[in-house]
Amino acid sequence: MTGLAEGELCLDGRVERAGFTVAVAVTVAPGEVLGVLGPNGAGKTTLLRSLAGLLPLTAGSVRLGATVLDDVATDTFVPAERRPVGLVFQNYRLFPHLSVRDNVGFAARCAGAGRAGSRRLADRELGRFGLGHLAGRRPGQLSGGEAQRVALARALAADPGLLLLDEPLSALDARTRLEVRTELRRHLGRFPGPVLLVTHDPLEAMVLADRLLVLEGGRVVQVGTPADVARRPATDYVARLVGLNLYAGTLAPAAGVVTLDGGGRLAVGAVTAAGGAGRVLVALRPSAISVHMQPPVHASPRNVWAGTVTGLELLADRVRAEVAAAPGGPDALVDLTPAAVADLGLLPGRRVWLSAKATELEVYADTARDALA
Amino acid sequence: MTSRSGRQQRSRRADPGVVPAALALPALVGALFLLVPLAGLLVRAPWRGLGNILADGQVVEALRLSLVCATAATAVALVLGVPLAWVLARAPVRGVSVLRALVTLPLVLPPVVGGVALLLAFGRRGILGAHLDSWFGVTLPFTTAGVIVAETFVAMPFLVVTVEGALRAADRGYEEAAATLGASRLTVFRRVTLPLIGPALVAGAVLCWARALGEFGATITFAGNFPGRTQTMPLAVYLALETDPEAAIALSLVLLVVSVALLAGLRDRWLRAGAAP
Repeated sequence: MTGLAEGELCLDGRVERAGFTVAVAVTVAPGEVLGVLGPNGAGKTTLLRSLAGLLPLTAGSVRLGATVLDDVATDTFVPAERRPVGLVFQNYRLFPHLSVRDNVGFAARCAGAGRAGSRRLADRELGRFGLGHLAGRRPGQLSGGEAQRVALARALAADPGLLLLDEPLSALDARTRLEVRTELRRHLGRFPGPVLLVTHDPLEAMVLADRLLVLEGGRVVQVGTPADVARRPATDYVARLVGLNLYAGTLAPAAGVVTLDGGGRLAVGAVTAAGGAGRVLVALRPSAISVHMQPPVHASPRNVWAGTVTGLELLADRVRAEVAAAPGGPDALVDLTPAAVADLGLLPGRRVWLSAKATELEVYADTARDALA
Repeated sequence: MTSRSGRQQRSRRADPGVVPAALALPALVGALFLLVPLAGLLVRAPWRGLGNILADGQVVEALRLSLVCATAATAVALVLGVPLAWVLARAPVRGVSVLRALVTLPLVLPPVVGGVALLLAFGRRGILGAHLDSWFGVTLPFTTAGVIVAETFVAMPFLVVTVEGALRAADRGYEEAAATLGASRLTVFRRVTLPLIGPALVAGAVLCWARALGEFGATITFAGNFPGRTQTMPLAVYLALETDPEAAIALSLVLLVVSVALLAGLRDRWLRAGAAP
């Protein structure tokens, strides 16, 4: 099966369901892990289901290597049971009436192997995952982490050419998640075909994926490396996920000033990356903003604006302050050390001045606006 | 004042387990109404002559015929009814709801009417029976096969309704998972769907078997009452009541024992297991 289907995944299609449209065009190379990130209802699961053959496309096509899996134009549709695609479901869907061994051997059994043959194959696969001791158990007797590993083993035992994972770690508690994530990374690294990994956990996406695709409202709003997406989020949703302040505005390149849509202006210095005038996004790390109780006099940072603290939240070793700006400045999240909060006597309701160096601002073209419109 | 109101409140809500008299009385009458006849059966049973009555050749024959026919009817119902239940639950066909209503009609149809309808369909001059007779030389009415046909007609809907309900309630996710692992639709049905609805399948089969065992109206109408050929236990009971009441009581006792055993088995094994997926 692998031999036939080896190759990249090419998807350029649209699925329409009850007034909701998911349209995605993306290519995933063999061995590449594409993280699909997006809020609930963005169409992530719909995307996976259409790739697995559980949902036909309304328009467009899916190709895996030389094999056309779905093409509306030529009326081609390969149903799920004949696609070389492995899918790890969010809640695993291990067959409760079969042992772990028979779950993992299920695909071989369907492919025509006898009971003994499929069990031998399953035992080998379980051994590879270090799960041999679970072979005789029923899924109901497994812990969450074990069930996740068995589900992955079951999907990979079918020797698929494309692997799909739907929020593979979301059902696990935090401690198990860390452990399983490390192991999952190792298994994904060994898998020769393309991998799509749906998640809404940014850390999971950063750690496991080679490239990220951000889906919002059924549209692709950003594609890029994890580092790129983390530094230059294309939408508010992504900015929130990666913990950045994000402002949309219009750049006047000569002046080096961005006029923000929400009011106020930010001096951004010499800008080349945005490629001239026009719609831009400005990303600003919360830790790059300084807080002052009086208007700062040594105004070496070029951006200073006033606001009122509306909330304080302790995040591990730092405090995140929410600041509602006075007219003429943007609202912001600011990170401080607990000591700084004590020194300044910050409290909700306190009037403060914020400052940020122009060099700390990341300015780039606003490309997602068109996709979302 | 406070203590009095406190006491009042306590007495009013003294015990939430107490049933109001307006409900308790009819409930008691209802329970007695259902239990007294059974008690009567036990009290008036000819315990001493029981062995002799039940050892009688005709009684043994009726019992054997009942068990064979009910089991055969259940087998037919399983072979035809489970696929039918699947179609009713899953097939994206228009008019399935109408079909469901028609298929389950025998649940509420008077069995005698069922028997008459069977005669018109499979009788020697029935719309299908005429062809069965002239082409294959097969006649169903007044034969043991006719008993099985009558019992299947009346009892199969119990199986269909039970299995269809289980199929509707079953998690389709497992079937999708099986499909992504390469299982054809038939394999999915055989290796995933059927095992998952196993408890309901057994419960449906047992209900079907019990209904077939007690079948009277359709059987006597369609298959008649020939000892050794079509005379099942309920028919034998009815006949014996006129000639030998003691034998009728003894036969009834046997059917009662079978029913109680079934109920106990169902309750412990399947009904509860089926209720909690």
